[in-house]
Amino acid sequence: MTAEATLDEICVVNLADTFRADGEILCNPIGNVPLAAGRLARATFAPQLALTDGFSVLISGDLAVGDVAGPEMIEANMPFRSIFDCVWSGRRHVVMGGSQMDRHGNQNFAAIGPDYAQPKVQLLGMRGAPGNLINHVTSYWIPQHSTRVFVPKVDVVSGPGYDVMAAAGADAFHEIRRVVTSKAVLDFEATDSSGIHCMRLRSVHPGVTVDDVVENTGCELVVPEGVPTSRLPTDHELHVLRTVIDPNNRRKGDFPQ
Amino acid sequence: MTDQPPARLDKRLTHDEVIAQLESGMTIGIGGWGSRRKPMSLVRAIARSDLTDLTVVSYGGPDIGILAKLGKIRKAVCGFVSLDSIPLEPHFRVARQAGSFEMSEIDEGAFYLGLLAASHRVPFYPTRAGVGSDMLKNNPDLRTVRSPYEGGPYDDVELVAIPAMRLDASIIHMNRGDQAGNGQYLGPDPYFDDLFAMAADKTFMSVEKVVESPELLAGGAVETIKIARLFVDGVVEAPMGAHFTECPPDYARDEKFQKAYAATAKDEDAWAAFKQRWIDVDHETYVAQLGKEGSG
Repeated sequence: MTAEATLDEICVVNLADTFRADGEILCNPIGNVPLAAGRLARATFAPQLALTDGFSVLISGDLAVGDVAGPEMIEANMPFRSIFDCVWSGRRHVVMGGSQMDRHGNQNFAAIGPDYAQPKVQLLGMRGAPGNLINHVTSYWIPQHSTRVFVPKVDVVSGPGYDVMAAAGADAFHEIRRVVTSKAVLDFEATDSSGIHCMRLRSVHPGVTVDDVVENTGCELVVPEGVPTSRLPTDHELHVLRTVIDPNNRRKGDFPQ
Repeated sequence: MTDQPPARLDKRLTHDEVIAQLESGMTIGIGGWGSRRKPMSLVRAIARSDLTDLTVVSYGGPDIGILAKLGKIRKAVCGFVSLDSIPLEPHFRVARQAGSFEMSEIDEGAFYLGLLAASHRVPFYPTRAGVGSDMLKNNPDLRTVRSPYEGGPYDDVELVAIPAMRLDASIIHMNRGDQAGNGQYLGPDPYFDDLFAMAADKTFMSVEKVVESPELLAGGAVETIKIARLFVDGVVEAPMGAHFTECPPDYARDEKFQKAYAATAKDEDAWAAFKQRWIDVDHETYVAQLGKEGSG
């Protein structure tokens, strides 16, 4: 059965694994694959996680991605003001995207170009990335692993990485746990010559070679001996994902068409 | 001597009467969030007016998009500018890439601390958010502070001092209100509209419907009457006043209309037609057109 798992499903379970050790925190994944991952994690191996409806309340039970929660699912009020309180309390793990990322995990989804006063391309802006990174665990979901995303230097630091946080003495609560991409799982469990955490290839998805990942990564990447293959969903996970968490296949929409 | 009861407080105003109290060069706060419960009828009234050189403070959506497109904005203070279902406001994107106005960007959570500081009449509130990121480099309005305490919790870190965002005026939109200025939200989130009201010298609140005060409590729990009249200077009855942004439970976002609006960022002729039909008309005409012609 697990041999039938598709790429999107492999990405979902490998993102779900990032919440495994979190305990009772606000699991706040952004994007369809991350949302499916958070809800699958709670429905299977991480029942303590708290999840939102995507708007303003915490919900119990299994809400399918894209569906609207009924009042019977509401377990607590969580308007934006409370979300920010929760961010600052540290009891949160967010999953964000990124248009650029470098070897120390600096992320940019704000703008492209050298002049922030007049960017070449305006992207989302800083949004909540500065506050997220300095307060609690962050993971990233990169649906198109390419040299356009993984670059030697990001144009704008919206989500700060390990080097700038160490330099600012702001790393007390900073952790970039994983970066799950369309080709691989990356982490920051290696260190550079200055002892700063840097990007490491943790596993490659089935059918992807290490060379393929390295060729499509435009920043330095630590490649250990014997990189394992990313884990496959269990039969149970696949069943729950396909029938309960994401029966409408919203997760597949995250990948570039 | 017969004591007459005092006249009932009545702060009802027209859109034009609100505009008459605003001036070019003012700092104006706009409530709501992205494309959610924005005071759009008042935003359009500003758009039609000769007001210019504005500093706009907002969890930005089409308010900033429209005012930027019309060249009304000198400076935008914001956490983001989004249409929610369209993640980046397209007119904002064009204006930013043209460098049309000064940008003071603040982490979206930290942003509300500026409103809170202004509400409490203190110069700043501190937060971790921003240290290490390029927020400080790209926003010359921001400074950092360290704790004056020693040996306490969290005392040895650099913090960003989010400056008080004192506002000359705020505009907000609520589902219900009374003529005295008490305001009620019936949707899922108050956003930060109570802080926009408190941070401003004058606050103008549009509402879907003006009701007698007891009807407010009949419509929702007491916590939903989030805006107290002591922070409100004018009440404008504006049914569909948040359109095309969402204003549940009264109405959802008009996605078809929003899509048509968004498309005008890439087509000057479409923008001219949109402006003529949907901005250059008073609110009554706007609502009548919505009913008669549908959106888009």
